[in-house]
This record gives sequence, structure tokens and C-alpha cells, in this order.
Amino acid sequence: MIYLDNAATSFPKPPAVPEAVFDFMTRVGANPGRSGHRLSVEAERIRYEARERIARLFNHADPQRVVFTANVTAALNLVLLGMIEPGDRVVVTGMEHNAVMRPLRFLEQRGASVTLVDAASDGTVNPDDIARALDTPTRLVCTLHASNVIGTIVPIGDIGRICRDRGVPYLVDAAQTAGCVPIDLQRDPVDILAFTGHKGLLGPTGTGGLVISPAFDEKLIRPLIFGGTGSRSEEEYQPEFLPDRFESGTANIAGIAGLSAGVDFILSRGVDAIRAHESGLAGLLIEGFTAIEGVTVYGVSDPARRTAAVSFRIAGADNAVAAHRLSEEFEIMCRAGLHCAPRAHKTIGTFPEGTVRLSIGPFNTAADIDAALAAVATIAGK
Amino acid sequence: MMHWRREATTETIMGNYGVILTFSTGHSIRAEKVLTGAGIETKMIPVPRHLSSDCGVAVRIRRDDRESALKTLEENGVPFDRYEPL
Repeated sequence: MIYLDNAATSFPKPPAVPEAVFDFMTRVGANPGRSGHRLSVEAERIRYEARERIARLFNHADPQRVVFTANVTAALNLVLLGMIEPGDRVVVTGMEHNAVMRPLRFLEQRGASVTLVDAASDGTVNPDDIARALDTPTRLVCTLHASNVIGTIVPIGDIGRICRDRGVPYLVDAAQTAGCVPIDLQRDPVDILAFTGHKGLLGPTGTGGLVISPAFDEKLIRPLIFGGTGSRSEEEYQPEFLPDRFESGTANIAGIAGLSAGVDFILSRGVDAIRAHESGLAGLLIEGFTAIEGVTVYGVSDPARRTAAVSFRIAGADNAVAAHRLSEEFEIMCRAGLHCAPRAHKTIGTFPEGTVRLSIGPFNTAADIDAALAAVATIAGK
Repeated sequence: MMHWRREATTETIMGNYGVILTFSTGHSIRAEKVLTGAGIETKMIPVPRHLSSDCGVAVRIRRDDRESALKTLEENGVPFDRYEPL
């Protein structure tokens, strides 16, 4: 089996990840921070260490400004639904995932306005276009860090500087980049970074969250979920301080224990090393595709400007049929269709048929790429 | 590993200690890490009921360390509720 669907979720995980989940569930098991007993405090320590590791990975100073949510979709919804009021204007790019577009279209129906800044058909976003869009009063800029369809990386540092200059908050959807593309929050002024735990961070599903800059006032975001936090228990009002403000109810602490181990793995290996590995393989794949007649690859070819998610089509072949053949005949796991990003496919010109996407992870090898190329060549030939 | 021993409560009663109350167990863990890193002796204890109804734990310190502990927390941007003698 060759797993090339890492943009959907990463697989396999480093062994330390399921081990950490198992360890938590068999040795610790408690609800973090609720009770004063040793196991509850140990559970909270595990969660705190996860916050620390994530803060360190992104070069962010305060672990208590790392908030955990069920996934990045929940994190993005928390910010968008908590911050945007009728009459507010939000600027996004033409490459966004439905985790951003769907809440925004809902808010638009309630009286907010959404401005789409066009990306080029290879996914390139020009920061000057965003700057121009900010000539009209804007409540929030939200962009992805890299496209889940074609992998093109968005210059979040440049956009962040423009937003900081204009006093507009900037939310980045780092679902495709956290853990496999370097992110430095001291260097790049991003107000809120939304991440998922189960893709590049190599953690279990059911984890994700936000990293909130000290420059951003979290009180601008109304909590989505109110409830028990193990703090200020005498009060019936939600605590205002982070992270409790956005973390009501029992967390997926078993998942967070796994996520912590995943981030630790990345910190040891180094994001740069992971990036180099994935970039190299993506380069081999794209180069190999150019030799197969009938295959069109989308996005930019410069490996420095893209992640290792590669979308393509085979002339005369239905995408879903091709992906099914890859799975059934060649045991290659990948994803065909619109990838929950119809807006991106509209921008690159592949709507409504979509593309076939192969997405490389840290445990793929050159042999996997060779096998994928041979399989696609076979499918293209028939 | 944390150890909950009877002696902890007895020592507390002897009046050499104070407690730093924070907003949550997570904040207590952070405070403990920062203070330990600065060489200040700490122990996690249940939040004394007469002081607060918060869940979780608070950070016990020696009364003599009060000034340096609070200063360390402030310098490191660690939020806390207040200090109380025990």
C-alpha cells in the first residue's frame, strides 16, 4: 500500500504518537485541570507540554495563547463566527477551502460582505492585490498558507506586514503547512494562526487549534462554546482569559497527548528537513509527469513556492475512475474531486470536474513516487 | 511524577508558606515551571477552599520567596490571581 493522501490526513504517524495516546489512556486517563488529584494534574501537564511544543514550533512566546479545538475547521469557525458582524467586510483569496468559504457565505447571508482577491490560475496570490483591497474598510483578512489542491504557498509574511501596517487583523489557515513548511510568528506578523493536528503535525484526528498573537486582543472574538473550564468555577460567566475562554468542556486530551508526540517528532527532525524531503519527492513526481503524454499538472513547478500536494488530470480519463484504479489496481491512496475547495478549482480552471491529487508526506520514499508514475502512465496509456 | 504526602499539609500549617493562586491548573503549571526554572522552591497543592472555589491546583512557595517569585512571574508574563499567606 502506498499512501499519497497526506493532504487529507497524514499516515502513517510516528510510532510515538499512538504510543502517547495509549500511554495516556492506560496510565493517566484523567480529566485535565478539573480535579486536584495527581492524575488530573498529570493530564494538564501533558496538555500544557503540547501547548509549549506548538508554541516552540511556530516561534511563539506564550504557550497559554495556544488554544486547542477539535480540528482546524472548528478553529476557523470560532474566529469567523465569533468576530464578524453584519456590516463587516472580510477579504480572502480565490483559493480558500470550504472551512473558510462556508462560514463566510453564511455570514454574508446575515449581512457581512466577502471580497475575493483573485489568485492567478497557478494559485499565486499577489500581496499588492490584498493591499489594494484594504483601501475599503475591512474587518479581517483571511488567507490560507498553502492550497490543499495545488500546493501553491501564499506569502503570509508580506500579507501580514501589509495588514499590520493598515491595522487590519490577519487570520491564516495553516492546515496544509503546519509541520511541513517553516512558520515563524516572530518574523511573520500573523495575528491568528489556525492549525490542524492530524496533517503535517502528525497527530491524531480530532485535534487542532489556534495560536493567537499577543498583538491581537482575543476579546474581539466571542466564544463559540460556553461551559465548564475548571477555572473561576464560582462564576456562571465564561472566563475572559486565554486559553480557557475558548476551551470549554472536556478536551480530546488523549488526542492532544498524541499531537504532542507528533510535534516533538517534528521538533527533533526539523521542519526544514521534512520540507526538503517532501519537496524533493514532489519535484520527482512533477518532473516524471511531464514525460507522460496526456497528463496535465496544475500549480507552480518551483518547489520553493509549493507544498508536496500535486494535482493533475489525465486527458480523456474521469478523475474518480482514475483515482479508483490507482487504489484498486495499484494500491495507491489518493483523492479525486473538488477537495472541499470549489473556489480553488474555479480559480485554476478545473471546476466542476476537479483533479486527482497525490500528496506526499514525511514517510513517503522515491520508490513510492516511481510506483505512482508507473501507475499513472499505465492509466494514461489505456 | 508528583507525590501527594501527608507532610505537605502539615508543613503548610506550620506557617512558613504562602500560595500563588492562578486562574487555572494550566496557569499553575506554567507558573511552577517558570519559578522552578528561576530556582524557587515550589509545590503544587490543592487550592485552599477558604481562599477560592477554583478547581485544580495552586503553587505553594516559601513566604521568604514571595517577592522574588512574584517578580519572576511578572517578568515572564505569567498571569496569576494573587498571593496569599498560608
